Amino acid sequence: MAKAQAAGWGSRVGLILAMAGNAVGLGNFLRFPVQAVENGGGAFIIPYLVCFLLMGIPLLFVEWSVGRFGGRSGHHSTPFIMDAMDRRKLWKYIGVFGIFTNIAVAAYYCYLESWTLSYVYHTVVDTFSGQTQGQVAGHFNSYVSLSSAEPIIFWVICLLLNTWILSRGLSGGVEKVAKIGMPLLIIFGAFLAYKAITIQGGQQGALFDGVKGLDFLWTPKFDTIWEPKVWLAAAGQIFFTLSIGMGSIQCYASYVRSKDDVALNAMSAGWMNGFVEVVLGSSIIIPIAVGYFGIDGMKELLSEGGGLGLGFKTLPYLFEQWGGVLGVVAGVAWFGLLFFAGVTSSLAMGTPVMGFLKDEFGWKEKNAAWMFGGIVFLLGLPTVLFFNNGVFDEYDYWAGTVSLVIFAFIEIILFAWIFGMDRGWKEITMGADIKVPIIFKYIIKYVTPLLLGWVLYNSLPGIWDTISHKGSKEKIAFYENKEAIEKKIGEQQKKLDSFVDFNPDYLTEKYSDEKIESNRDLSVITYFTVKKQRALLKLMKDESFRKESIAAEEKTKLFKNLSRALLLGLWLIIAYFVYVAYKKRIKEGRLTV
Amino acid sequence: MSTGALIMAIGTQAVFIVVTGFFFYKVLTIKPNPEPDSFNDNDEESN
Repeated sequence: MAKAQAAGWGSRVGLILAMAGNAVGLGNFLRFPVQAVENGGGAFIIPYLVCFLLMGIPLLFVEWSVGRFGGRSGHHSTPFIMDAMDRRKLWKYIGVFGIFTNIAVAAYYCYLESWTLSYVYHTVVDTFSGQTQGQVAGHFNSYVSLSSAEPIIFWVICLLLNTWILSRGLSGGVEKVAKIGMPLLIIFGAFLAYKAITIQGGQQGALFDGVKGLDFLWTPKFDTIWEPKVWLAAAGQIFFTLSIGMGSIQCYASYVRSKDDVALNAMSAGWMNGFVEVVLGSSIIIPIAVGYFGIDGMKELLSEGGGLGLGFKTLPYLFEQWGGVLGVVAGVAWFGLLFFAGVTSSLAMGTPVMGFLKDEFGWKEKNAAWMFGGIVFLLGLPTVLFFNNGVFDEYDYWAGTVSLVIFAFIEIILFAWIFGMDRGWKEITMGADIKVPIIFKYIIKYVTPLLLGWVLYNSLPGIWDTISHKGSKEKIAFYENKEAIEKKIGEQQKKLDSFVDFNPDYLTEKYSDEKIESNRDLSVITYFTVKKQRALLKLMKDESFRKESIAAEEKTKLFKNLSRALLLGLWLIIAYFVYVAYKKRIKEGRLTV
Repeated sequence: MSTGALIMAIGTQAVFIVVTGFFFYKVLTIKPNPEPDSFNDNDEESN
């Protein structure tokens, strides 16, 4: 017999590892623990689990079965998968989101992924050896400010690597990477988690036991459980972590045949992602940060740069405290783990557009992969060149946040209410290797759409604030208001006075910023507060500095508007090609509905 | 660690380890469907 499918999966384990790799991303290690810390500690897991069961698992069932349904008619991207589900012409344009999101997210995500490659390199060549916390943080700041060509070189290498793997097809490229990357990721994660929770205060420069961090993260604050923001954070985390609402799950699943299972596959990949997030993700950055900086220091670090700041600005410094070979091994394990988490996700982002080009325009795998690489290069260039002007964050917000929720909400309405839940349930259970509890039929029909609608409704004020540049306007108003600046300085001063290791000399002119950064005895809390205090003093005294800050904020607004125009343009271009493909189908008599 | 934190940490992590292990074990042990199935690696066996 000929090969089962020219383009398809080599093995079931490969499919599940690729699908789990799609879901497991940098957020599992950098976002989840921060969300848990900020939203009730151990109690966060209750809304997290509820959202996983009522929104995550149902959407996984829906997306896997929708993908397999589309694959049966030879569709491998959401525009024509959705088109096959209902007669109305509108759906293929809704399906545009399933290609748009992947390209737009890949445009900034590959840059993030390239940082991990660069940091593996710098760990191996011992760049961070003997550096202070400030110098390690400074390395990251100068990196994203493009003080050398290095970030662009690593970014291009990363794009070429992704494109080359994609050009080798699903079983020859994506699956092989997943089979190597996922086990390595788990081994690296287990090693780092073990090291993190066995950190002992007084040894290797640590102030506290790593377990103190675990205690802080897992101590349940049950009074927070009824706060809507905690539930929104949990729902948001489930979205990002499972890669639902993107269109990549449907694409991967479209290469599965009708009589092959999707229910067990969806469960296995979904729970594997949960395992990486909850078991490994919670046991690395928080215990390490608390072990070295204490709870207040860790909070200060999070307020400075979130999980990303902690992962790139602080952890390389802490691994150095472990000394010699162990420090290098830990650094390679950490950034290697993040790289594998990133690459298995970015590869999934390439497949929908490739599927679309192959299905509709008869492109070959290789050409489609290079086209994807080219588009990501062009669209990603502004995120690299203007990272500090908020372009990266703008892409992340619109493509990586808003677009997911909108698409998933419309998708579940289509599946449960238009395609029909009875047909939908048959799709989910067809060829299933597990008995799917019937309750999920009702959850998918009633509970998940309501929950998604609630998430979307509650996101509207935030979306409006972003559209109207509320944050930038507030900053500009602050820079223009001397009283507000003085008040802020007073608050900062109080905070500084409360630190036992605070030395007012650091604020005098004879100590430069470099001096602060090279002072190894300065605690992280004091370090950041002094930096903030200096910036504020400068703001108050220096009229030109205030004007420059306002001008910088206006520039950020401009770049954000340009990013939005670019993303909107991308969406419209994809929609146009979907229209062209539709016309081509009519001409060729290939319409499915 | 406090008792509350210990219960939450061990309880949650145990759930994720057991359920993930259970589903992955099923994936590994369930016999592949007769040809033609989705997976190229099974093709040679059926020839």
